[in-house]
Amino acid sequence: MGKWNTPADLKYAKTDEWIRIEGDTATIGISDYAQDSLNDIVFVELPEVGAKIAKGEAFGVVESVKAASDLSAPVSGTVTGINSELEDTPELINGDPYGKAWIIKVKLDNASEADSLMDSAAYDTYCENR
Amino acid sequence: MTEPTIYDISAPGRRGVLLPDVDVPETSLPTELLRTELNLPEVGELQVIRHFVNLSKKNYSIDSGFYPLGSCTMKYNPKINEDMARLPGFAQLHPLTDEEGSQGALALMYQLQEWLAEISGFKAVSLAPAAGAQGELAGILMIRKYHLDRGDRKRTKILVPNSAHGTNPATVSMAGLQAVELPSDENGDVDLKALQAACDDTVAGMMITVPSTLGLFESQILDVIQAVHDCGGLMYMDGANMNALMGVVKPGELGFDVMHYNLHKTFSTPHGGGGPGCGAVGAGEKLKDYLPGPTSQIVEAPTDDEEAPLYGLRAPEKTIGQLKAFQGNFGMHVRAYTYIRIHGDQGIKDISRHAVLNANYIRARLKDTYKIPYPRICAHEFVLEGHFEGIDDIHALDISKRLMDYGIHPPTNYFPLIVPEALLIEPTETEAKATLDEFIDAMKKIAQEAHENPELLKTAPHVTPVSRLDEVRAAKQLVLCCGPALPSLSVTAGERSGD
Repeated sequence: MGKWNTPADLKYAKTDEWIRIEGDTATIGISDYAQDSLNDIVFVELPEVGAKIAKGEAFGVVESVKAASDLSAPVSGTVTGINSELEDTPELINGDPYGKAWIIKVKLDNASEADSLMDSAAYDTYCENR
Repeated sequence: MTEPTIYDISAPGRRGVLLPDVDVPETSLPTELLRTELNLPEVGELQVIRHFVNLSKKNYSIDSGFYPLGSCTMKYNPKINEDMARLPGFAQLHPLTDEEGSQGALALMYQLQEWLAEISGFKAVSLAPAAGAQGELAGILMIRKYHLDRGDRKRTKILVPNSAHGTNPATVSMAGLQAVELPSDENGDVDLKALQAACDDTVAGMMITVPSTLGLFESQILDVIQAVHDCGGLMYMDGANMNALMGVVKPGELGFDVMHYNLHKTFSTPHGGGGPGCGAVGAGEKLKDYLPGPTSQIVEAPTDDEEAPLYGLRAPEKTIGQLKAFQGNFGMHVRAYTYIRIHGDQGIKDISRHAVLNANYIRARLKDTYKIPYPRICAHEFVLEGHFEGIDDIHALDISKRLMDYGIHPPTNYFPLIVPEALLIEPTETEAKATLDEFIDAMKKIAQEAHENPELLKTAPHVTPVSRLDEVRAAKQLVLCCGPALPSLSVTAGERSGD
C-alpha cells in the first residue's frame, strides 16, 4: 500500500474520484490522495437529485484553501442522492473521504462504463508517479 | 499588536476639522432623505494621523522589501511616473473636453499605442480595456466576431493549455465559448500531439500564455501557431508575462493574431488594490479592425513638417464595441508612456534581459536545495516544489510563511496547479544581486530548518503583527464588512490578539 489510503473494493478515475458499484447504482466521492492534495476543503457544490451526469464532465465543485476543482463524473447516470451534510461540513472530506464524505449516488446508464477505471493497485501506482 | 479600528478610537464630541460657516443661502433638504444615525467615527486630527501611519507601517510593499510574487511582476514603479500623471494638464483634464482641447492627451495615447505595437509586432493597439481580464475578454470577443462576420458559426471552442493563467478559461466562458484544456508534455510545453488531435473546424482559436506560468518559453511555439492556423483558428497570446520578451521576441511576428498587455505589470503602472489598470490589446492584420474603441487616431494629417497632426478618438471599423466609459484609464497611459519614454529601445530590451537573468540566477543557486520540476533555462520566473523528501508535513505554505520571518514577501504558492506544492518565483529586473542573494540565503536556511526544526516552519510567521491566520475559517465565514463600532474598552489587547 502506498502513502495514501486506497480501499481495494473501489474503482478510481484519473481525475481522483472513487466509485463503489452496487448493482445498477454507484456511490461517488474523492480519494484520499485528492483530499490530501487539496488540503483543507472549505466548500462543496453538489448537483441536484434527478440531474443527469455524463462521464468525464463536471458534476460539482470542491474548493479548498488552495484551489477550486471540478468534480468529474467517472460514469454517466442520474443523480439519486446527494450528501447534503457536506454543504455545512465540507471538512468531512478531509477526515473520512471514503465513508461519511461520499458525495453523490447515481443510477448508472451503463454499468460497463466503470470497467475502464483503475483498481486500487493501479491507482496507487498512478498517484505515486505524480 | 492589533491596531484598533477607527471606530474603536472614536468618542462622542471629538473632532478634527471645523467646517466654515455657510456662505450661501441655505436650502432645506427633503426630510425623508435626512439621516440622523450616521455612525461615523469622531476623532481628532492627531488620532487620525497616528491611526493611518500605524496601519501603513504594517503594510508590506515593493517600497519596503523584496516581493517575488510569481506571474505578478511586482517590479518597482519609478516615482517619476507619478509626477507625470499628476501634471495638471493631464490630471485635471475632463473626459468630456472636446478633441481640440485635449490634443496633448490624445497625442500621448497615440504615441503609446504606436510604441506598444512596435514592441510586440502588431498592426494596431487599443488602450481601452480597464485591466488584463478585460483585455483577454476583448481579444476573445474579437476572435468570435471575426468568425461570425465570415458566417462561420461552427467555431465555438477555444483551446487552453493547462499551464495557462486561470483567467484564460474563465475568459472563454465569459465570451460564450467553450474552453478545451490541453495537457503539457514532460518538458512543460504544450503536448503537440494532443493539440493536433484537437484542431478541427470547430476551433475558434487558442489562448496561450507565453512564457507559460511554469516560466517556460514554449519551445515549439511556431508549430503550435501553425497547427491552429492550419485548422482555421486564430491565436491569442496572454501577454501578462511580456516582461520576459521585450526587445527579444515580437509576438505579432511569431504569428499571433491578438494579445493583451498588462501595463500594471510590464510597464510599471500601479499594481494591486484592484486597479485602476490597463489591459491594452494589440492585433495583427486580421483582427485590427475589431479592436475595442475608442482609440486615438490621426484624423487630419499635418500640411507641413512644422505642424502637428490633429488627433481624435474614433472606433475601429468593425469594433467589438466599447468596454468601459470614455477612453480607458488615462492616468495609466501617462505612466506607461513615461516608462517607455525614459527607457528607450535599448532600455526596454535591458528590462527583459535582466528580468530573465535574475530569475535564472536564483533558479541555478537553489536547484540543489529544492526540487525544480522543469530543469531548463527559465524566462522571467520559475517554479520549484516546496516540500522535502522524507518530511511529510512541511508544505509550500509553511515555507512561504517562514519567509515572512526573514522580511520577504512569499512567492505565489500552489500555482500553477500542475506542479505539486508549487512556489512560483519572479524576482523582476529591478532587484540588485545583493537582494537576490539575501532571498537565496533565506530559502536555503529555511530548507535547513525544515530538516532540523520543522516546528519553526509550521508555526510561522513569528515576527508579523498576527501569526498564522485560520484560512479555513476565513474562507468559510465570510464577514465582508465592519459591524457596528466595537465596545473597545471591554476587549483587552490580549483577548483580541487571539483572533
